[in-house]
Amino acid sequence: MDSFKKLVKNNLRQYFMLFALIILMIIFQIATGGVLFRPMNITNLVLQNAYVFILAVGMMLLLINGGNIDMSVGSVLAFISAILGIMLIQNHTPMWLAIVVALLLGLGIGAWQGFWVGYYRMPGFLVTLAGQLIFRGLTTRVLDGTTLAPFDKDFQYISAGFVPDLFKFTGSGVNITAYLVGILITVLLIVMQIRKRAQQAKYTSNVLSTPLFTAKLVLIAAAVMLLSYFFAAYEGIPVIFIIIVVLVVGYSIFSAKTVPGRYIYAMGGNERAAKLSGINTNKVLCLCYINMGVLTAVAAIASASRANSASPLIGVGYDLDAISSCFIGGASMYGGAGTVVGAIIGALFMGVLNNGMIIMGIGTDIQQVVKGLVLIFAVAFDIYSKSRAKAK
Amino acid sequence: MSEYLLEMKDITKTFPGVKALDTVNLQVKRGEIHALIGENGAGKSTLMNVLSGVYPYGTYTGDIVFEDKVCEFRAISDSENVGIGLIHQELALIPQLTVGENIFLRNEQVQGGFIDWDKTHQKAEMLLKKVGLKTDTRTIVRELSVGQQQLVEIAKILSRDIKLLILDEPTASLNEEESNNLLDLLLELKKEGMTCILISHKLKEVTKVSDTITVIRDGSVIETLDKDTDDISEDNIIRGMVGRQLTDRYPKREPKIGDVLFSIEHWNVYHPLVTDKKIIDDVSFHVKKGEILGLSGLMGAGRTELAMSIFGKAYGCNISGKIFKNGKEIHVNNVRQAIQNGIAYTTEDRKNGGLNLTGDIVQNTTIAGIEKLTKKHMIDHNAEITVTEDYCKQLNVKTPSVFQKCINLSGGNQQKVVLSKWIFTNPDLLILDEPTRGIDVGAKYEIYTIMNRLADEGKAVIFISSEMPELLGMCDRLYVVNEGRIAGELSGEEISQEAIMKCIMQSNREAV
Repeated sequence: MDSFKKLVKNNLRQYFMLFALIILMIIFQIATGGVLFRPMNITNLVLQNAYVFILAVGMMLLLINGGNIDMSVGSVLAFISAILGIMLIQNHTPMWLAIVVALLLGLGIGAWQGFWVGYYRMPGFLVTLAGQLIFRGLTTRVLDGTTLAPFDKDFQYISAGFVPDLFKFTGSGVNITAYLVGILITVLLIVMQIRKRAQQAKYTSNVLSTPLFTAKLVLIAAAVMLLSYFFAAYEGIPVIFIIIVVLVVGYSIFSAKTVPGRYIYAMGGNERAAKLSGINTNKVLCLCYINMGVLTAVAAIASASRANSASPLIGVGYDLDAISSCFIGGASMYGGAGTVVGAIIGALFMGVLNNGMIIMGIGTDIQQVVKGLVLIFAVAFDIYSKSRAKAK
Repeated sequence: MSEYLLEMKDITKTFPGVKALDTVNLQVKRGEIHALIGENGAGKSTLMNVLSGVYPYGTYTGDIVFEDKVCEFRAISDSENVGIGLIHQELALIPQLTVGENIFLRNEQVQGGFIDWDKTHQKAEMLLKKVGLKTDTRTIVRELSVGQQQLVEIAKILSRDIKLLILDEPTASLNEEESNNLLDLLLELKKEGMTCILISHKLKEVTKVSDTITVIRDGSVIETLDKDTDDISEDNIIRGMVGRQLTDRYPKREPKIGDVLFSIEHWNVYHPLVTDKKIIDDVSFHVKKGEILGLSGLMGAGRTELAMSIFGKAYGCNISGKIFKNGKEIHVNNVRQAIQNGIAYTTEDRKNGGLNLTGDIVQNTTIAGIEKLTKKHMIDHNAEITVTEDYCKQLNVKTPSVFQKCINLSGGNQQKVVLSKWIFTNPDLLILDEPTRGIDVGAKYEIYTIMNRLADEGKAVIFISSEMPELLGMCDRLYVVNEGRIAGELSGEEISQEAIMKCIMQSNREAV
């Protein structure tokens, strides 16, 4: 029991939002009379918030790299959606080509903003605030103020499609594919956790005790299998979910295990020290904005496909959704702290909050107030726990 | 009413890992100039910070008695309210505001809710007259010289009802004339009944103006000397300041000096912002394998600027000159190239430029050489931990684990992490800029031992320090830097405090 107390104390900050998320889910499950955890609603939760997940990953890297934010993602997303609309709906460009062009456009816009911030050393807030105006204006201009719709079935499939059940021929009526994938991932995660623990044990005596570790494995397995059940019980695994998982896993590895990832943290922790350690800080900062641009393009594809239209009004407020997700998920205003998984937890928290309040029929006015308060308290908690850690 | 305006009784203040003050007693008589002297890091500034409430009541033990009342200062404003005024070493004026605005900052002359500017400037003018500064009160502070700014600071303090004036190294960045003016002003204020505590390194000044001298060493008061009854010759004061035998403070080493490793020729550097201001002027020097080479000079002489400009042009602009390594010219245009050419530089300011304080020891140790630890583009975290643990053992870093955040380490241990980081890049030349600043005596000894070991391994070590005894104790050879030029070269037995000062004086004379 003592070791459990120590565990909770040491990891309170790290796991706090995860606990808070679980508690929030339980509250809404009760308050909505069980609607929250209906398979259809869970699937919807993923589909509705796909863009936030994708944007939050890029925003998190910017925040780690010194508390930078990108205020322009909503407008950039709208602009890229508009270009997608023009290409796919008006000119019938092949889908692969349109996607490549969209990604390159995101890269170019990222480079434009990254140049001003990274090399010209203008504050990121300012550059991207200008970007918000520029790209919103351009969006309206290229669309001539109108909305383009609808996209092809193929394009819609990205955000509305599901992985087909390969075992449909058995006629069991159960989505065996979803369950199989769930089992596979569970086994993979458990093997990885065990290997990680064995390696940790070589270097430090401070590993989880066996009963606690077993409990952790059971929780992981339960979470993954529960999710596969929800997907299986509705239409299957959403295509966009796979894209999100790939991004999250990829960026987690990138930020924790590669040299550029390490540079991002080092620069966020102390830019001068990073510079004097031989890190090209201008380049790192610029690359973070380029990365944000590319991920915005991915989010634009997801959004356009889900909305099934390209409109001048899409993406308004998306920047703030992504930024608040990151702060709720443990980012620091001063950089050097935060994880990609944290950003996803933050985004999920906001997503569940939104979804739960909508089901309960709470008006958008109150929704906004609640979301604002959550943001304040999450950051206040972060500052509080840090000042306490320092006092020790 | 007792004869003492201020008594500090049994003051003890500890920082994590360091006892900065150990049962210090200080008694200041009414109307005297009381000098507080000691080496860097002896605890003078800490004591004054305790007195002025920078370190609030409760973070130290002991009593402060001011005007026969026990005081508990919780903030600077508390000590100001009873009449204690502290002028810090770093000036605290706001450069963009005028002299008058600065003097009455936080003490605005308000009339019916609005600032009365006529009154402000009128009063400011009177104060300027008092401190002997002939300038308009509407001058922007940025346009004044450092000496003039110092006078503005004093005027600002005097604008309040101050009974005790504390000056922390007021002449550190002043020239001789300005210093003399300031000291005369102190004597003038004394005549008017002001009590004053003067912290200074400069013994000449201290013996000139003070009535009482308290010597502090390693956080304890060594002696209090009275002008009239005790021997206040400089020799006697130095004995008190330094105390133990100088030789014991530096580990022994038999230098094994090899060939010239690096040489710098005709090095010129201009200020990064004021691009026509020459900071380093035609400097040429060399350093040999296995040698500890000192760079001595006063604050602002250009030592750090010289070192950083060599380290991949990390300072300055329009840099010209050549760098040779083993007789071959090398081109070092950025920090990365410097590292690749075997140059390492540790900053004088480890908190702002040396460490990522929110990162752990592992991240800090490996960051400059992280590419050595990658397998298939992935950082080998286990290898990283092994390397870090190895350095922690070698350099004796005291920490519960390598995952400790650097912010939680003591100054000495932080410095060892910085050294680990650079030793890990396997450099041929290490430039150490004030590596022992602000760390305790024991840790200093360990840093010296590491420096000796590096030199014995055949590396060249350039040692920049403002503490002359340290340079005397450690260096095989030494350059005196003054106003961006090499003012002299001393080696072996020639190295002495007098010889260094003589070089500086001579160079100043030539410049005139």
